[in-house]
Amino acid sequence: MSRAILSEIKKDHIHKLLAKGKRVDGRAWDEFRPISIQPRFSDTAEGSARVKLGNTDVLVGVKMAIGTPFQDTPNKGVLSTNAELIPLASPTFESGPPDENSIELARVVDRGIRESQMIDLEKLCIEPKKEVWMLFTDVYVLDYDGNLFDAATLGAVAALMSTIVPAKENDKGEDFPLPINHIPISVTAVQIENSILVDPTLDEEKVAAARLTVTTDENGDLRAMQKGFAGALSIDQINRMIETSQRLGNELRNMLG
Amino acid sequence: MGGNSNVKLIDDNGIRIDGRRVDELRPIKIEAGVLKRADGSAYVEFGKNKVLAAVYGPRECHPRHMQDPSKAIVQCKYNIISFSVSDRKRPGPDRRSVEISKIISEAFEHVVFTENYPRTSIDVYIEVLQANAGTRCAGLTAASVALADAGIPMRDLVPSVAVGKVNDQIVLDLQKEEDNFGQADLPLAIIPRTGEVILMQMDGHLTKAEFDRALEMGVGACKKIYALQKDALARRYAIDKAVDEAEEPAGEQPAEG
Repeated sequence: MSRAILSEIKKDHIHKLLAKGKRVDGRAWDEFRPISIQPRFSDTAEGSARVKLGNTDVLVGVKMAIGTPFQDTPNKGVLSTNAELIPLASPTFESGPPDENSIELARVVDRGIRESQMIDLEKLCIEPKKEVWMLFTDVYVLDYDGNLFDAATLGAVAALMSTIVPAKENDKGEDFPLPINHIPISVTAVQIENSILVDPTLDEEKVAAARLTVTTDENGDLRAMQKGFAGALSIDQINRMIETSQRLGNELRNMLG
Repeated sequence: MGGNSNVKLIDDNGIRIDGRRVDELRPIKIEAGVLKRADGSAYVEFGKNKVLAAVYGPRECHPRHMQDPSKAIVQCKYNIISFSVSDRKRPGPDRRSVEISKIISEAFEHVVFTENYPRTSIDVYIEVLQANAGTRCAGLTAASVALADAGIPMRDLVPSVAVGKVNDQIVLDLQKEEDNFGQADLPLAIIPRTGEVILMQMDGHLTKAEFDRALEMGVGACKKIYALQKDALARRYAIDKAVDEAEEPAGEQPAEG
């Protein structure tokens, strides 16, 4: 994300430790920071979750409204994902319209949810061609210490899993939980020289050459990927990152219950 | 991804609706040096995709706060023109274009010797004139030739292609109908000399085995596109013997196309 300047001393420190196979915070290369997931954070949203990944902190809320479906999907609900990197979260974030970093973040989160067919959108159709439920998933970054992609995906998935469709107040029958088919999990790793590091901190992101986010479903199948940063990845490194995502994806999925 | 695999896009003989086999590229045309004012330019067709790329720079970096005192920055703007798609596209950047611009910029930042041009910007403009799926790959392929045409030192040319899944088969270089009804899409760009991947995205649904097959197919196709890129540059800078002998070309570049 925002690749602001990192002091040479810190950079050296990260490289020197990596040469000995260590990370600054003592984690193994394939170890996530402590994760906390707090669903139903908000009373005003239809679903929400606050997720912490070490010091990275994101709040995701889901609002629903009734709208018209897209012409090419007349019997499906509508998904929309947005992300805001608010100035409260980092000295490098600025207020204003979404920049390329927040757009990429929102689109990568959206792709994981959409392509895994997490939500049964046909069950969100009220009347074909006329009325469907629209889902607005909004990600707010509250504290930025790296790996927003995984924190935001985890937050969005947890928020959607906690979402209750507000049918009653809209005169559309009884409220019901969002129909969930699959649980996508993203795992992001960066490459620093010859090392692969899962769940990079902000400092690690700043030193990293390349980044890869792999979103898998509960069968370990690939549903979305996004390579980032200017570095190149070898095919071996890509395969290692995919295998790691499949393995860690299952562990993270269990945390969502 | 539409994810609708009921539409039959590959017949029982393994032939696609445009007559290609599953591992066949669309006809590709690449021309270098097609624009007068730009420092470098290229025109590319991938089947019905028509893409123009221009390079300006290295030149003074605007906005100034983006200047890097140690190297040039690569700023790519990918844009599709309003009548390049079936439903008119509202002019100006949308979220999709912003994301594509970002990942293409990052890919080029790796191959360009940016350290040769501190404080400058190398501006790459990709305009999609006619779209038929795979425009980011056609655009990247064109932009890479345009960078070479501008005389900017690079580690290598960058070919790019998308691989997808259609009717449960892995298929190279999807065209529009296949993209609309396909089950997965994997745009790739590689550095042919090293075989490393510098752009990769994926959406849809692939097993690991399918991904392996898709990656292999994409890397093979990239090598073919690479040969066409080199050929386009060779044609652009070939000395035209007939002109050379007939009359002195008075310092004019002999070949315009």
